[in-house]
Amino acid sequence: MHFERTNNHTWRKIKNALAVGTAFGSAILVILPLGLVFCYLLINGIGSVNWDFFTKLPAPVGAVGGGMANAIVGTLILLGLAGIVGIPIGVLGGVYLAEYGSGQVNSVLRFLADVLNGIPSITWGVVVYGLIVLRFKGFSAYAGGLALALIMIPLILRTTEEVILLVPNGYREASLALGVSRWKTIVHIVMKTASKGIITGILLALARVGGETAPLLFTAFGNRFWNHNLSQPIAALPLQVFTYAISPYDDWHRQAWAGALVLVTGVFCVNILVRIVTRGNTA
Amino acid sequence: METPQQTVMERVKEGIAPPPTAEAPAACTFEVRDLSIWYDKKRAIEGVTMNIATNAVTAIIGPSGCGKSTFLRALNRMHELTPKTRMEGTVLLNGNDLYSSAVDPAIVRRRVGMIFQKSNPFPTMSIGENVVIGLRLNGVHNQKFLNERLEKSLRMAALWDEVKDDLHKPGTSLSGGQQQRLCIARALAVEPEVVLMDEPCSALDPIATAKIEELIYELKAKYTIVTVTHNMQQAGRISDYTAFFYIGRLIEFGPTTKIFTNPTEKQTEDYITGRFG
Amino acid sequence: MEVATAPAITRGEPLTAAAVMKRPSRFGDKAFEWLTLAMAMTVVVLIILTGWQLWHGSQLAIQKFGLHFLVTSTWDPVAEQFGALPFIYGTLVSSLIALLIAVPLGIATAAYLTELAPLWIRQPLVSLIEMLAAIPSVILGLWGIFVMIPWLRDYPFPWLRRFFGWTPFFSGSIYGPSMLAGGIIIAIMILPIITSVSREILRSVPDLQREAAYGLGATRWEATRIAVLSYAKKGLFGAVILGLGRALGETMAVTMVIGNTPQIAASLFKPGYTLAAVLANEFTEATTDMYLQALFYIGLVLFGITILVNLLAQLMLRTIATTSATRAVQ
Repeated sequence: MHFERTNNHTWRKIKNALAVGTAFGSAILVILPLGLVFCYLLINGIGSVNWDFFTKLPAPVGAVGGGMANAIVGTLILLGLAGIVGIPIGVLGGVYLAEYGSGQVNSVLRFLADVLNGIPSITWGVVVYGLIVLRFKGFSAYAGGLALALIMIPLILRTTEEVILLVPNGYREASLALGVSRWKTIVHIVMKTASKGIITGILLALARVGGETAPLLFTAFGNRFWNHNLSQPIAALPLQVFTYAISPYDDWHRQAWAGALVLVTGVFCVNILVRIVTRGNTA
Repeated sequence: METPQQTVMERVKEGIAPPPTAEAPAACTFEVRDLSIWYDKKRAIEGVTMNIATNAVTAIIGPSGCGKSTFLRALNRMHELTPKTRMEGTVLLNGNDLYSSAVDPAIVRRRVGMIFQKSNPFPTMSIGENVVIGLRLNGVHNQKFLNERLEKSLRMAALWDEVKDDLHKPGTSLSGGQQQRLCIARALAVEPEVVLMDEPCSALDPIATAKIEELIYELKAKYTIVTVTHNMQQAGRISDYTAFFYIGRLIEFGPTTKIFTNPTEKQTEDYITGRFG
Repeated sequence: MEVATAPAITRGEPLTAAAVMKRPSRFGDKAFEWLTLAMAMTVVVLIILTGWQLWHGSQLAIQKFGLHFLVTSTWDPVAEQFGALPFIYGTLVSSLIALLIAVPLGIATAAYLTELAPLWIRQPLVSLIEMLAAIPSVILGLWGIFVMIPWLRDYPFPWLRRFFGWTPFFSGSIYGPSMLAGGIIIAIMILPIITSVSREILRSVPDLQREAAYGLGATRWEATRIAVLSYAKKGLFGAVILGLGRALGETMAVTMVIGNTPQIAASLFKPGYTLAAVLANEFTEATTDMYLQALFYIGLVLFGITILVNLLAQLMLRTIATTSATRAVQ
């Protein structure tokens, strides 16, 4: 038997190298925007991330200076409001899909949740506008929080369901065999075992909605001052970045970069934290 | 602590009279009458009738898939966890119908505990927390009571001396055999009358297995034990009564010495002598 | 069963566990099940609620314009003449451009990560791509306005006009904000999801396929092409549809670079407008009821389109037996 190299072989090797090279090039192109965005964020933003930025309110229109203190606090408040509604509904819903229900019903619910996860976030803004802003005749932190909560619910529902399904059945059986009731088994044993995964799912959802702008445009609306009443409009960091970015003022552009840098840093920190926490797991 | 120095087979060969519990069962904890269980459309066990003796070890043997585990689980209503199961027949625990509609399965399971093939101490809890979790989740909060039970259960499971200084360590930090004994302590803490064991040693090395077998021998003084095992020699070592299952039916049931030396049914004899497995 | 009542506690005797443990209540189990069911049913409620809100809020506009709304291209708030065609056109064209860029890049990258790359490089690249996915849309838009558009205006766009100006797509003046810029920025936003879903799909191809190819002496690329990519065709198509669904709904980054002009033009250098972008820009400017309702109508159209596309994507991804592919949606 001959193991000679044929002419064809060299050509195949070349094709292989080309293909691998192209694929590698694609991968680089995919990451390139990430690098570029980060670079420019740092270059343009780092100089403006100063004490003023974190502590001052926005200056009057056209004036130089001021900061985004109210926007940062506003985002945190909105996340809190969104969490109060979104986290319990999402987690408990995920528990249902994982622990109860029949195959058919659960498939449909899961399907619907996945479809919901693909809907543009601005749609939720429009819905909440009709539900709350029109009815109560005003933009408010409540409206903004609700819009964000609606985004969070199907997200947390699916991540919770997945981690709970990963809990080995042996633990459920051991608990039930001790005469512990089903709901206590789920809450004290199953959810406790899955708690790391549930929490990371929640954190990722919070990071995701923390960066959302569209649903807040006509619910929270934004505010140049501190919000003292949750049924009043409230500032939010991504909203502020947007408003400043499309404005004609150079100083506002500068602050937009700073705001963007802070926002991205926050989102990335949460993501990196989650990655570190879940690193030990095989999931 | 008394260790069976010889296997039942050896004792019988030497012509020594079998231990008194091997003959007429004095009291029986379980009375099973014509029990049949279906998983969806498939019948797992059919028409099983037997009595399980009190304070004795009953072994359930048979080839894979013969319904041993199904039968065991029917004794504490654990088979109901699988969806679409159906049962017919009666199971009486000390004269009470286990399956009557007035009975809460959770209470049944407090009286009939279970140890599983793969030891499963709860991963988020320490050794101490694992032992008392059954009591705690069932509403017991008196710390003094819990501490007493903690020590008592660990002693009964022959684990106290090994872990008494490490009670705060995670349950999963123990070796395989120790974990299984921890599970036994956990089950004993809720003070059942019966302990069911589903192949408790199949994942353990011989030394750990021997320790558990000693433990079973000790425990039978206080508890009724029913154990499924695919290891015939183990059945011969530790049990007083043996039930041989084959394809969902109870083929033969009797004192272990009789089953292993003079079985009535040919199938039993074939299995015992290894003609099929 | 008698143990339903706790055994009597006799004085002087040590407490038994049975005496001390509380009776389990069946109520607790049922209540918890109902509670979690109610929470899970919110997904149904949300879909119905959204559809209803959008429908209800656009009643006036629907009555006045009917389905003509979808094919009229006038968008004149002053004269209260509204037509969604420019936005539908813009949404479709920008999404198409995005797919043309992102699909080859995404699938090639996915193939690289699962089949071709040396092992040590895989996890770092995957992590980097996940970080790209985490960048909020508005930040990409900010970068788009001040970095990408000036660069496009100075280099690629003139180059395109020089060589392809004879086609209607690359003719005319270059402003910067344009349909093409919108398409490019959407491409950047959907790259991570196309890559990660494609990756999951390629990973789910059974090793048996690969081994068969290598066993026959195939090079890495040949094995990938023959054994993996063709096997995964259906799933990859599902990934593309999923990417399309995401592209259709992109809002902030798009509205910051596309120019926000409701027009239908062949040249990609001209500014455009999308359904999502017009909602973002004009919702708070709507001065009359009809204006607002027309915008709700746009929201309804957007909702309808994205639901359909996402439904299709999910169905496709579910016909392949991978749970991880649908998990990668997040």
